Amino acid sequence: MSVQPAPGIVDATARASLWLQPHRIILIAVALALFAAAAFFMRWDWIPQYYDLALQGLWRTIWILVVTVILGFMLAVPLGLAQAAGPRWLAWPAQAFCTVIRGTPLLLQLWLLYYGLGSLFPQFPWIRQSELWPYLRQAWPYAVLSLTISYAAYEGEVMRGAFAGVPRGQLEAARAYGMSRWKVFRRIWMPQAFFRALPTLAGETVLQLKATPLVATITVVDIYAVASRVRQDTFIVYEPLLLLALIYLIITGIIVFAFKKIEARIPVRVA
Amino acid sequence: MSPSTAEAESGAAEAIHIEQLHKKFGDLHVLKGVSLSARDGDVVAIIGGSGSGKSTLLRCINCLENPTSGVIRVNGEEIKLKADSHGHTVPADRRQIERIRSKLGMVFQNFNLWSHMTLIENVIEVPVHVLGVKRDKAIATAEALLDRVGLADKRDVYPAFMSGGQQQRGAIARALAIQPRVMLFDEPTSALDPELVGEVLKVIADLAEEGRTMILVTHEMKFAREVATHVVYLYNGLIEEEGPPEQIFGAPKSERLKQFISNIH
Repeated sequence: MSVQPAPGIVDATARASLWLQPHRIILIAVALALFAAAAFFMRWDWIPQYYDLALQGLWRTIWILVVTVILGFMLAVPLGLAQAAGPRWLAWPAQAFCTVIRGTPLLLQLWLLYYGLGSLFPQFPWIRQSELWPYLRQAWPYAVLSLTISYAAYEGEVMRGAFAGVPRGQLEAARAYGMSRWKVFRRIWMPQAFFRALPTLAGETVLQLKATPLVATITVVDIYAVASRVRQDTFIVYEPLLLLALIYLIITGIIVFAFKKIEARIPVRVA
Repeated sequence: MSPSTAEAESGAAEAIHIEQLHKKFGDLHVLKGVSLSARDGDVVAIIGGSGSGKSTLLRCINCLENPTSGVIRVNGEEIKLKADSHGHTVPADRRQIERIRSKLGMVFQNFNLWSHMTLIENVIEVPVHVLGVKRDKAIATAEALLDRVGLADKRDVYPAFMSGGQQQRGAIARALAIQPRVMLFDEPTSALDPELVGEVLKVIADLAEEGRTMILVTHEMKFAREVATHVVYLYNGLIEEEGPPEQIFGAPKSERLKQFISNIH
């Protein structure tokens, strides 16, 4: 026994040598060369000047993404449930909402809310005098609202399918053991529907990330808006855009990784 | 008519009482006035061809199907029914039906173990979240039950990783965990591969032996003959013949029952 190395070490070295195959080594070398070329031949001297603004923009992009995904999902659950199992007077409006929102461009919705609704509000003195006014005169609430609505509509459709896909027998067993409607929903229906929807939700959240730059069109300074600012100020075009692409890629990687982690906690694909 | 005068005289309390039960699905008249009762300790086997209404009858007992008309009493308590706005009969008191259901241990043809929970979580789910039993107490009970049905080693396994027979034995443990007044079996072996039927029947036979009150819809005639105290033959939504198993299987009177039994064997 003592002469043999521990099985874990053998596995690790074997895996490493398997992973470092010739084509991988070449690809890594190409990537490093590209990175070095970008660093040496392109202009990055603008970065220190815009560093703080970029951090603020990045932070804004991230919180807008997180907040709209969470709020949107909270709306998507009743929207999906209403369509999957609700009475007609609930199912129909839910379906209409999802269809209208999914059938029109997000940019259009954003502008309708900001330039339309946002310009109507100041005409009413009671709105101007209300405590909400300090928020309503800013741009970000309109950005959050329209991104939330958009995510809710797409995920409402996803959740409709997920709720409908839970086998009847699973819910019947819950009813047969005396669970109330709410308990059936909370303990059986919702968890199983959520697990079913999870892979789709991961993809939709990545799409949501890539919808966030639209808020720059209504004066919300997210990371995309910062890149545009750099271009306008310095006439440097490619460098900020390349860096922007890299930042979105990294955030996407984090989203995919986070959802993988959550998915891994579901030990079984629900049958 | 009560199962037999001997049982009536034994003085055991009536666990299930069904009177003139009718069930219609649209124009389809599935149950046409069925009366049935089970006293504590009875094992009632309901047999019959497909479409005879036997599963519907069982599912009416805990209102998984709402009867169109008739009286159902569980432990002497009559299930209150009312007509909804569409004219369908539904339970009048949601609380009452939930309370009654939590005393009836139902075992399904397709097991219906909750697929997002491990076996032990399945077994403690209803005690903890419906009956309000303390979690560690429920776990102790559940472990004993799993041991009893021979699944102690599957404690933390998800249903998808268990065979049909194991899932069904797990489902029986889940039903036992609520300390049911009556066990309801809806064709518990019909979805199983033939070689797995035996292990499930053995568990059910053990329960019958210890005097549990059970109502069992089954296609396993040999098994019904062995464990049942009373056999009901359903034909076309009506009780065609009923009696003790020796009589039903040994000396059937009705032509249809004779034919049914000879077809099965």
